[in-house]
Amino acid sequence: MRFLDEFRAPDAAQGMIERIHRLAARCGDVTFMEVCGTHTMSVYRHGIRRLLPPNVRMLSGPGCPVCVTPNTFLDRAVALARLRHFIVATFGDMMRVPGSSSSLREEKAWGCDVRVVYSTLEALAIARENPTRQVVFLGVGFETTAPTIGAAILEARATHVRNFSVLSAAKLIPPAMAALVAHPALRIHGFLCPGHVSVVMGTEPYEFLARDHGVPCVVAGFEALDILQGIVMLLQQVVERRAEVEIAYRRVVSPRGNPAARRILGDVFEASDSTWRGLGVLPRSGLCIKPELRDHDAGRFEVDVEPTREQAGCDCGDVLRGIKTPFDCKLFGKVCTPDDPVGACMVSSEGTCAAAWRYGRDLE
Amino acid sequence: MGGTLNRRAPAILLDHGSGGRASRRLVEETILPHLRNTLLDRLDDAAVLSLDAARLAFTTDSYVVDPIFFPGGDIGMLAVHGTINDLAMSGARPVALSAGFILEEGLPLADLDRIVASMARAAANAGVPIVTGDTKVVARGAADKIFINTAGIGLVPPGVDISGHHGRPGDAVILSGPIAEHGVAILSKRAGLSFASSCKSDTAPLAALVADMLDACPAIHSLRDPTRGGLAATLNELASQSRVRIEIDEAVIPISDAAASACEMLGIDPLHLANEGVLVALVPCEHAAGVVNAMHANPLGRHARVIGKVLDGDPLVVMRTMVGGKRIVALPSGQPLPRIC
Repeated sequence: MRFLDEFRAPDAAQGMIERIHRLAARCGDVTFMEVCGTHTMSVYRHGIRRLLPPNVRMLSGPGCPVCVTPNTFLDRAVALARLRHFIVATFGDMMRVPGSSSSLREEKAWGCDVRVVYSTLEALAIARENPTRQVVFLGVGFETTAPTIGAAILEARATHVRNFSVLSAAKLIPPAMAALVAHPALRIHGFLCPGHVSVVMGTEPYEFLARDHGVPCVVAGFEALDILQGIVMLLQQVVERRAEVEIAYRRVVSPRGNPAARRILGDVFEASDSTWRGLGVLPRSGLCIKPELRDHDAGRFEVDVEPTREQAGCDCGDVLRGIKTPFDCKLFGKVCTPDDPVGACMVSSEGTCAAAWRYGRDLE
Repeated sequence: MGGTLNRRAPAILLDHGSGGRASRRLVEETILPHLRNTLLDRLDDAAVLSLDAARLAFTTDSYVVDPIFFPGGDIGMLAVHGTINDLAMSGARPVALSAGFILEEGLPLADLDRIVASMARAAANAGVPIVTGDTKVVARGAADKIFINTAGIGLVPPGVDISGHHGRPGDAVILSGPIAEHGVAILSKRAGLSFASSCKSDTAPLAALVADMLDACPAIHSLRDPTRGGLAATLNELASQSRVRIEIDEAVIPISDAAASACEMLGIDPLHLANEGVLVALVPCEHAAGVVNAMHANPLGRHARVIGKVLDGDPLVVMRTMVGGKRIVALPSGQPLPRIC
């Protein structure tokens, strides 16, 4: 099929795997990080780790929006869901993420009105159909998702849908990459940069990594061949001792990104300090809704939120930074499974632990 | 919301109905301990009762699909086909069905009429009469439009002994047709996905196909229709019941372009989506070609092919990926949910 099978073609894959092995023979141990959760899932799903030479290691990064959303956000969402006359609308991944003492799926089973939507505009439609109730959309996501959330807010204002608001946990990827590249416990020789973020933002946000930190960056797509091609280009930079930002995903990424989407981001959001699960507070890494759109900011509702409790023994923080793999975590597969997740990384379809559980356990 | 509810007491979650690990635990930890007996414990699609010389297959299933009308079918047709298929998966020739209706106050009579007419058509086409039934009405909100339970009995031909426990190393894994059509049809109707509009439910009665297969090889080991939880759940059930490893090859699993692209866009693994007119068979490898040929002669088995093999080893399902890697095929967890970015 067009746009699917050709990016999984066995012959082309074999050719790239051979190139990877040839290039790897010319360098020592290298560690690359795939930043995006969709990359992580794809790497596991296609069994790519097993095709790489032993001296090329792939680390999974913090690019799973559900995974990096802290407990406090979940607790606030639960508190809002419990309010009379409130509907909480969310992407499905958030349903099972455990907060300090509950989750949205449990609240739904207990009778709270929590609805899974496939897009922000669907949440806006729910608000139109329920004018006497307040609809809160959980705005979780990165640069990829944030413009669609922003567009819904602008649409709500333009069409006077006053009962629609967004609880924003939107985050920016480059500040997290800056924190990781400076981390003493990590030595990253190259980033496989998130293709979808780059569709919106272009390549400029990664330039500092190549320029100031000497770390090669390649923007890659999400099919098996896209990822293999990205690894080839990273290895080429390592072998040639270059550090540049390159694009292996030209069919959708241009260096300047998508100006319309960037304009919406600028119109609706402003950068703010933001808490990441595992990484702590990162300066100017979050997107909060501008004061002039406060009527659509669910942060304005005053509600009692339970004190935050972190899950004991959960290594999600270290997994998100690539310091530990899921298999290093004592809870993985024993206490923590996709049915009964302890940490967010086990919940999301893009979480590293979920990927490792679904696709990567004891194969041999 | 009152603070009087005990929020910590475990409750039924939607995940428990999804056919994945939570469903299995609900059955194994809450229901089976009370009802345990040797026939039920096998957890095959139908129980086989020996009555003098005859062997009777007996099964029941409830249908709560939302929406009740979907591309390619409706809840009534599904209730007839589903129970016929559960009987067929024990190798039985279906004899008769029952139908129990739970109707929500306010259900349009025209909808009920359309559903029952569709059941009659499905039963007539499969040659299996609905011979007994029951109807109850509950207050608005106590059920969602219409729930249907069907039970069925069938006769197992002499010499046929099919069970999920009978898979053996060396068996071929045969799949009868393209996967994920029903799941995509339902999801597309729920989510209003216009790009998946060419996907129709594959709902169909499989008893005649099974009869053709048994004519070609009465020694078929296992049969199962991968409904809730999809091919992934079914292969995992077979692997764990037969205590064998199953290896499949991604490149040969049939799937339509429309279903494949819908799954890609939603971030859902097609192996996890429900089918209603497809079966999986574990067949001794020397009979595999004969069975596949017999299936090709039946319209419902047109696309049948061997997709893998049964091996010695820990109960595990492993897939060779399109690009030559290998990965686990796990049970789905929870509801199939769309991805976030």
